[in-house]
Amino acid sequence: MVYTEAFISAVKAIWAHKMRSFLTMLGIIIGIFSVTALISVAQGTTASVTSSIESMGSNLLTINIMDRRTSLDAKDIEAISELEGVGMVSPYVQSTYTLRSSISTMEDISTYGVNADYTKIVEYTLATGRELTDEDSDKRMRVAVLGSEVATELYNTADAAIGQEISIGGTRFTVVGVLESEGTSSSGNEDEMILIPFSTAQRMMKNTDISSIYASATSSDTVELAQENIEDYLYQVSGSEDNYMVFNQSEVLESLEGVTGTLTMMLGGIAAISLLVGGIGIMNIMLVSVTERTREIGIQKAIGATRKDILTQFLIEAILVSGLGGLLGLGLAYVSTGPLGSVLDMTVEIESWVVIVSIGFSLAVGIVFGIYPAIRASKLNPIDALRYE
Amino acid sequence: MKKEEAKVIIDIRNMYKIYEMGSEEVHALDGVNLQIREHEFVAIIGPSGSGKSTLMNMIGCLDTPTSGEYILDGISIENYTENELAHIRNVKIGFIFQQFNLFRRLTALENVEMPAKYNRVPVEERRARAVEALKMVGLGERIYHRPTELSGGQQQRVAIARSLVNKPPILLADEPTGNLDSKSGEEIMKMMHQLHSEGNTIILITHDNDIAEEADRVVRIFDGRIHEDKQKGAK
Repeated sequence: MVYTEAFISAVKAIWAHKMRSFLTMLGIIIGIFSVTALISVAQGTTASVTSSIESMGSNLLTINIMDRRTSLDAKDIEAISELEGVGMVSPYVQSTYTLRSSISTMEDISTYGVNADYTKIVEYTLATGRELTDEDSDKRMRVAVLGSEVATELYNTADAAIGQEISIGGTRFTVVGVLESEGTSSSGNEDEMILIPFSTAQRMMKNTDISSIYASATSSDTVELAQENIEDYLYQVSGSEDNYMVFNQSEVLESLEGVTGTLTMMLGGIAAISLLVGGIGIMNIMLVSVTERTREIGIQKAIGATRKDILTQFLIEAILVSGLGGLLGLGLAYVSTGPLGSVLDMTVEIESWVVIVSIGFSLAVGIVFGIYPAIRASKLNPIDALRYE
Repeated sequence: MKKEEAKVIIDIRNMYKIYEMGSEEVHALDGVNLQIREHEFVAIIGPSGSGKSTLMNMIGCLDTPTSGEYILDGISIENYTENELAHIRNVKIGFIFQQFNLFRRLTALENVEMPAKYNRVPVEERRARAVEALKMVGLGERIYHRPTELSGGQQQRVAIARSLVNKPPILLADEPTGNLDSKSGEEIMKMMHQLHSEGNTIILITHDNDIAEEADRVVRIFDGRIHEDKQKGAK
């Protein structure tokens, strides 16, 4: 009851100095807004990267051969695909070429030489036409499957591209299929690339080594088993652990989450500094307010207010200013998530823990920076305070 | 004599208050002995610098003496903590100031309620008491007015209502008419007499002889000492 009344009188005191209270709050508003918005953007980034990695298939294993002398060939691919736990396997080579159709030209487009299983391993969906086949690879066919943006840029629509000729770095290919739009992932814009048969690509790129392989485990439970078996096989082939690396998606995710976690902390930390500045602003104004109200405090003490009464009054005022600032900052962050998300092209959401932490933080700022002025007010000597003009 | 039988409510014994001003010692109170009984109407008079304000602060428990004893309503004030003194001020003494000292942001009612609030009186009872006190000082129609909407005399009456709300045994008035025109001052003095006749102990601090003469007993203080202590009628 006592606190309810202190609360009401604090509201009145804040209302009596609307402009000043608002300016004091502004520090907290900006602080909480930037903490909330920055953390949410960092979280949004993490979420979108994570989802694009997960969209590549959680059973995916990436194999890189680091040693130039270790040379894998089709037999090794065959052998790896027969290891326990391993599902599909596709070697790949990559280069960039200028693409030309009768309508348009695109420069520096990633071109992947892959086998028939590749689209299944990375979970691409075909929009129209057909996928690459083993026959394409065996016969070194000059056929291509296009990413969705390549198709629309060079042929206007996906359907119009099927059966058309495409020049890849000067070599003529026939478009046999177009993929659905996949969006952007850690490996770049997946709609702005093309797939051609592995053997065709090896010849074009004059590269007979197989140094990169995508494989999938038979299920998410066999990812580790498949990874171990592949590592054992590569150890036998290359003779050293340093010659190859095998990643699964959860490892990629983990290392990425480490990075974004640090990023979140750093952004939050920088924003927290503005909160600190806001807190100092509150302390400053509360000290001014104590001085201004010295005489009032004297009267209150003369008619029976205890130290605790005065302390409670000023502390509640400080907490109210910072708490209200926190709420306004949070509101501002909520309102801005929409525009921020569309500018940054991602979903920015304020998670509930961020809400709780920022409200807790703003209340804590009120207590920490309000306590000293409140103690000072409560310790005023009533005679001196009464004499104060 | 009835008055002699009334109990001593304020008992000040050999009180000193010494301030150090640089190397000099200033004796604001220099061995004061003063006993005031219940239902008395006492004026304490003296020029400025005489020590009357210091004495008032002592009586009002706003200050503590350098040495000497003060027994208020049977309680020795010595060794009380600040919070306990706050409570004593709250329930034993009603303050009336020259400057009225009302809160400008609050209505008359809220101003009067305040001491009861610090005494943790429940809201409804407190409100009822405040309204009653305001009616008593003739401001029953103006309980929602703010001090700025009231005349000086009305403001002082609000302050008197505030001093009465916890029903303290002692009213301590510091130059209550000092900031008022003579007509309002007369009204306030009339009210003091009325409160006295209703059984309140009234202590009036003033430098004005005419005001002091209205009391039943006049205590003259000069240089921190009591020079004269005179009952009305007794020459």
